[in-house]
Amino acid sequence: MATSTLSKPVLQPRGTTDAGLNRRPKTPLSRTLATVVVSVLAVVWLVPFAWATVTALKSETEAASTPISWIPASGFTFDAFAKVLQSGNIPTWTLNSLFTSAAITAITLVISASVAYAISRIDFRGKRTLMVVIVASIIIPPPVLIIPLFQQMQSLNLIDTYCALILPQVIHSPMVFVLKKFFDQVPRELEEAALMDGAGRLRIFMTIVLPLSRPILAAVAIFVFIGAWNNFLWPFIATNESSLLTLPVGLQTIKSAYGIQYAQNMASALLAAMPLIVVFLFFQRQIIRGVATTGLAGT
Amino acid sequence: MSTAPTTAPARESSGSRISPAPTPAVRSSRSRRDNIHGWAFSAPFLVFFLTFLVWPMISGAIMSLTGKSLTGANSGFIGLANYSEAFADTDMWRSLGNTLYFTLISTVPLVVIALALAALVNMGLPAQWLWRLSFFSPFLLASTVVSLFFAWMYNPELGLFNDFLAKLGIPPVAWLNDPSVAMWAVVIATVWWTVGFNFLLYVAALQNIPHQHYEAASLDGAGGWRQFFSISLPQLGPTTAMIVVLQLLASLKVFDQIYQMTGGGPGGATRSIVQYIFEAGFTGYRLGYSAAISYIFFALILLIALAQVFIARKRSV
Repeated sequence: MATSTLSKPVLQPRGTTDAGLNRRPKTPLSRTLATVVVSVLAVVWLVPFAWATVTALKSETEAASTPISWIPASGFTFDAFAKVLQSGNIPTWTLNSLFTSAAITAITLVISASVAYAISRIDFRGKRTLMVVIVASIIIPPPVLIIPLFQQMQSLNLIDTYCALILPQVIHSPMVFVLKKFFDQVPRELEEAALMDGAGRLRIFMTIVLPLSRPILAAVAIFVFIGAWNNFLWPFIATNESSLLTLPVGLQTIKSAYGIQYAQNMASALLAAMPLIVVFLFFQRQIIRGVATTGLAGT
Repeated sequence: MSTAPTTAPARESSGSRISPAPTPAVRSSRSRRDNIHGWAFSAPFLVFFLTFLVWPMISGAIMSLTGKSLTGANSGFIGLANYSEAFADTDMWRSLGNTLYFTLISTVPLVVIALALAALVNMGLPAQWLWRLSFFSPFLLASTVVSLFFAWMYNPELGLFNDFLAKLGIPPVAWLNDPSVAMWAVVIATVWWTVGFNFLLYVAALQNIPHQHYEAASLDGAGGWRQFFSISLPQLGPTTAMIVVLQLLASLKVFDQIYQMTGGGPGGATRSIVQYIFEAGFTGYRLGYSAAISYIFFALILLIALAQVFIARKRSV
């Protein structure tokens, strides 16, 4: 179990390194064929983005005219984007999404890492039971909780507050398990030495264990953030006030409000999609590795 | 956050300590301190866990035995009446049926296409990052964005889908308005949206197969197909089992994209059980009844999870 490299614990499973991809010698023909098939599929996969973009860049009349075309006769225009940004709440909703998702991610990381550390490293009475209960709770589907949670939030007068959005979304039992498995592999020697020197548990956790665990913390953070950013059902129930909506829920209200303004619908959808897609373009490798690492334990 | 552990009686702990054999006296004070530290580190998580998971599970169970309504009127304890009503509720059964239908017809392509894509990409194609980017990026979209994209493409007169069919000489389809097609339309959107996630998991798993296996096989003269079926597929067994289970559980929870694209229609043809729970509670105002249906849904999930554990155990024996 104990690895010799102290400075860099390895993410388990190892995930997606690009090294060694060409290890299997393939006949050129089959590889060419595979490249063609995958390329065609990749283009097909991009069509919804492309079509939404083209539509958003049309005027409303152009967007609603037949026969449909990829290049509008009257040229492209940013009118739809401008209208949506002027009249709509999209900037507010983006900030709400950013704030709630960041808060959910931060709280989740703190509480999950500390309980995972306790289970991994400290011998305390009841820890086996605790672990069993946390793992068993993975099976509870969030939709089962919406009715009692709503009632609970209502009786606490928290409906239409950030608290109602954030607090129920910070329990990620699979992530506790993922973190615990990682901490199990962090070599114990450093901690033992620090314990002998009289360092407290909290200090060891903060100054030794957490810095060594940066890769897994990043992976968990990415996974939790994406989930929180895109979550629909609970925020949809917990908020009504337009200024408090998150992006996914806000978009749903736009759809009913604008009706058949196709160009504006697509412009809103694209503006809502933009932040995560941009982040993804920059941190592609980390995000993919993070999802591959936490994915099998997650959702 | 509270740091005082509620239950931490000092006792000799039987687990293995990280430091080498201390004397009994040291050991006893050590284990008391460990009990306190252990629960102190667990306390923040436990507070949330008990408040927002355990308590709602309990209060939901209690609520399901009452006639509680959204307006606050509480007609008190009515025993299992909600459950017996639910079991006789044809709309409940229909929603459950729709959910199982969606789960079946979405899980198969979401696993098979993910595996096929991963196997193709893993054949040593150039530009690895490009494929992951294309297939995974939809997973980063909110359900509402996906629904807006697809509702627009499914538009009967202005949509891409019917435009494409027309070019092939096929008459237009009422994608979201035809009861026999609507669920398939939802599945197409769902596959586009989430298949990249399973694809990533398969790509990672494929790269973890030791390449000596393939070298040995090709020395024995096994071709690409042979290698895929006799090496990759068996090696991917555990991954596939996990992906199937996670996908089943995810598909059973379907709500967002159906609610957003069809509203459960036409005529309830695509209404899922989660939507029925939502509507019983928030449009029907019947929290008690809604809680009872939540528990019936939970029982179904438990059943599937237990079946999976049972199958896994049987296979390993």
